[in-house]
Amino acid sequence: MKGWMGKFRALFLFSSLLLVLSGCGKENLTAFVPEGYGAEVSLNLIIISLAVMIFVILVVMIVYTMVLVKFRKKKGQEDFIPKQTEGNKALEVIWTVIPIILLIIIAVPTVTATFDLADDSKAKDSININVTGNQYWWHFSYNKEEIQTSQDLYIPTDTRVYLNLKSSDVIHSFWVPSISGKMDANPENENTMYIEAYEEGVYWGKCAELCGPSHSLMDFKVIAVSPEEYEQWVQDMKNVDPEAQPETASAQEGQKLFQENSCIGCHAIGSSPAAVGPNLTNFGDRTRVAGVLDHDKETIVNWLLNPDELKPGNKMAGNYPKLSEEEASKIADYLLQLQPSEITPESAGNE
Amino acid sequence: MSTAVTHKKGFGAFLWDYITTVDHKKIAHLYLIAGGLFFLIGGLEAMLIRIQLIKPANDFVSAGFYNEILTMHGTTMIFLAAMPIIFGLMNAVVPLQIGARDVAFPFLNSLGFWLFLFGGLLLNASWFLGGAPDAGWTAYAPLSTTSPGHGVDFYILGLQISGAGTLMGGINFLVTIINMRAPGMTYMRMPLFTWTIFVTSVLILFAFPALTVGLFLLMFDRMFGSGFFDPTMGGNSVIWEHLFWIFGHPEVYILILPVFGVFSEVMSTFAKKRLFGYTAMVFATVLIGFLGFMVWAHHMFTVGLGPAANSIFAVATMAIAVPTGIKIFNWLLTLWGGNITVNSAMLWSLGFLPTFTIGGTTGVMLAAAAADYQYHDSYFVVAHFHYVIVGGVVFGIFAALHYWWPKMFGKILNEKLGKLTFWLFFIGFHLTFFIQHFLGLMGMPRRYWVFLPDQGLDTGNLISTIGAFFMAAGTIVFLINVISTSVKKQEVAGDPWDGRTLEWSIPSPPEHYNFKQLPLVRGLDPLWVEKTEGRKEMTPAEPLGDIHMPNNSILPFVMSLGFFIAGFGFIYQVDDLSWLTAVFVGMGIALGAMFVRSVKDDLGYHIHKEDLEKGAK
Ligand code: HEM
Ligand SMILES: [Cu+2]
Repeated sequence: MKGWMGKFRALFLFSSLLLVLSGCGKENLTAFVPEGYGAEVSLNLIIISLAVMIFVILVVMIVYTMVLVKFRKKKGQEDFIPKQTEGNKALEVIWTVIPIILLIIIAVPTVTATFDLADDSKAKDSININVTGNQYWWHFSYNKEEIQTSQDLYIPTDTRVYLNLKSSDVIHSFWVPSISGKMDANPENENTMYIEAYEEGVYWGKCAELCGPSHSLMDFKVIAVSPEEYEQWVQDMKNVDPEAQPETASAQEGQKLFQENSCIGCHAIGSSPAAVGPNLTNFGDRTRVAGVLDHDKETIVNWLLNPDELKPGNKMAGNYPKLSEEEASKIADYLLQLQPSEITPESAGNE
Repeated sequence: MSTAVTHKKGFGAFLWDYITTVDHKKIAHLYLIAGGLFFLIGGLEAMLIRIQLIKPANDFVSAGFYNEILTMHGTTMIFLAAMPIIFGLMNAVVPLQIGARDVAFPFLNSLGFWLFLFGGLLLNASWFLGGAPDAGWTAYAPLSTTSPGHGVDFYILGLQISGAGTLMGGINFLVTIINMRAPGMTYMRMPLFTWTIFVTSVLILFAFPALTVGLFLLMFDRMFGSGFFDPTMGGNSVIWEHLFWIFGHPEVYILILPVFGVFSEVMSTFAKKRLFGYTAMVFATVLIGFLGFMVWAHHMFTVGLGPAANSIFAVATMAIAVPTGIKIFNWLLTLWGGNITVNSAMLWSLGFLPTFTIGGTTGVMLAAAAADYQYHDSYFVVAHFHYVIVGGVVFGIFAALHYWWPKMFGKILNEKLGKLTFWLFFIGFHLTFFIQHFLGLMGMPRRYWVFLPDQGLDTGNLISTIGAFFMAAGTIVFLINVISTSVKKQEVAGDPWDGRTLEWSIPSPPEHYNFKQLPLVRGLDPLWVEKTEGRKEMTPAEPLGDIHMPNNSILPFVMSLGFFIAGFGFIYQVDDLSWLTAVFVGMGIALGAMFVRSVKDDLGYHIHKEDLEKGAK
């Protein structure tokens, strides 16, 4: 008996200790530290339901422990035949009614929160962004502003931003745990949700619905900046001249190669809503290549030479002529200098 | 027609006997062996998954292969391991518990097994024929309709064939329980395990057709160019999700209800008390079964059904916690005041109570729709359903095996090894899955091939993998136990646990006709009733007479083999129409066997009274 409970307690202590050690996860990824409205509503509900459920678990564990302590077979009692109780009406009623009450305590805030998070009455007067999930990258098209980005979604803080989610291929799911819960991007309809970030920062987003081999590499970032900076960023993005000449010779050659090698067939620079591949307008400002890889020249060259190795199953592989390492390096120089704005993930105060 | 059973010798004869058998007790062995093997395969796949996730950005397996093992792990565990083992248990026990000589349709019973097995073999053949399915066990369209290669085709046909077998099993047990109970066994005197199998069979009857229809539509989309789930052709991929979960949610209750029955039997036997609140337990079972059909969309809170639908399904889901709670407390009160023996079977039951309480409570948390926006498709869900499926179903299977092993094989599993298995598995289980609740909320989505470094996910994943090794060790100890027990000579009497229900009133293992004379049931826990009145065995309800038995038949095996061959034909005719020959040959074999079965009179045989008396003491 002692041994049993002892082991259980040790296990419990061990796991709580580990939690303390590992903290609550990375602060711009975890749902435990909400930095936005949706995440806060969800967390409140999580806490309410968790509290009720811990109560239930405690009651069960107390009765359970008492049973094990008191009613195990004792020496000399091997032949003892206990009373064959049939049941107890009063008890049955108690453990039917109390759970119902407990569930009402959870159900009421659940329904309220569910309707709250689906409220789109303010959508018209707010920023609307069409979000398209693709194998394995995200496209963001700002409705009124008529600008596009990929992988990095810029939003102003303390503002409800409405997202109209859709998929261009299989089902994906848009999830930025520290700002909001998730919503699926289906191929046949548009789902709307809103997000609101409280603090400036770079928040990590993930695709949460299995979408193929590189499902786990379909990361994106939400970059929350102050409303003024956001305005500035929008202006900078609008003013981009896709044809502008880069400064260095290598980048100029890269630009030519970019156009000759049918890169431009899939990747727009400047506004082009119907791109097949990620929009590269502000590629130089990104924190990651392809959502997950280090943003440096070497990685970009590797990516251009063999995208399938870095992101298995992606739709870029094999759709452009083979590049030499030198060509790739020039294209990388060109891409890295695509930095239309001072408002970047770095300026938002995070990597 | 022969009168006595002829005992042929040799391994070939032994094999032939099992391939042709229509005896539910032998079919139970077949289910257990096949389900056990698939359980090991699924476990191996699980270990590969956990090894891949032992550290960030690991490259132990490739992305494509990872999705295959992930898909096959889920599919195998649900369809080819948990379900068949439960079918094995119900075959081994239900007819005995209700005092029947057989199941209602012995031939169908055998057909159900062979369909399951050949469906499972077809599914696993994909590993060797260009790649397994990789769209998840839920096979969401359009990922499943567009997945290259033949993996998903194997999924469709494998599950279609084995699903047909399951449906047959369900119908068979429904009819058996309704029609073949011993005299005096009213519904409210049925042991709880039989009750749960009864409700489970009803669930199978209503849930599996949804899967059948869904798989057909998927098959037509993939093989014949229809567009049911293809939005570009006016189809709708969300329909697949509905069809899948209309089947899929009841499916998890098809798994869990039988083990609720197991625990009820084990706890009352080893606490030496009748089940507390029997009537409430029965109604809770029926209610859980019913509600199980009403809540499928709780798997779809983030699909965009809107707040009204989400709220309705949220509240309906929470309602299931009420009957489940009733069960937990009734079990506790069954133990309360008892004289509890803690052996292996009981350890699994005692381990189940706190574990399942955690799994059930996280279920209620998941039901809170707006909170589920965070949990959904994250490791939190992985933790939740393993708490219920492993902490419930697998613990229940282990409890049942230790409990009924002597009845099935006439031998008792080694207690020391049994306890060691439990502790390794129990500790490993909580190490593996408890931490995953937190991983999910820390931002780890489910079905991730790699997680990136420096995201706070490293420690949790490492612990989880360590736990998985403990579970694997526990399983190995169990295998050692099974092997060493089978080579030992010891034999046990009919009633090693001082049991309460009818199966313990006959020898272990039972004669092939089960009961020489049908017993007269005079209350709940009929054997216990007799014991309290000082008798050692059941009072017969009929005089000794001839017993009618069904003949063995190879036809179920042949039919299933036919469908198996046709399955390959369907899969490969997409590449090359000459594969249609395989469709015709396979279907020809299957239909031919059906034809033979229809026109050939098979009246079975009788065991004569004199032969029964000879065997009597
Ligand atoms: C109190 C009882 C239960 C409740 C309230 C409950 C609730 C839920 C909810 C709301 C989900 C959806 C989670 C999500 O994907 O976001 C879920 C998922 C799941 N549940 Fe349960 N559940 C219960 C019992 C069970 C049982 C008994 C089983 C199996 C034996 C089970 C197996 C599963 C599985 C496999 C999933 C994952 C489905 C998937 O996405 O692949 N649940 N459950
Ligand atoms: Cu995705």
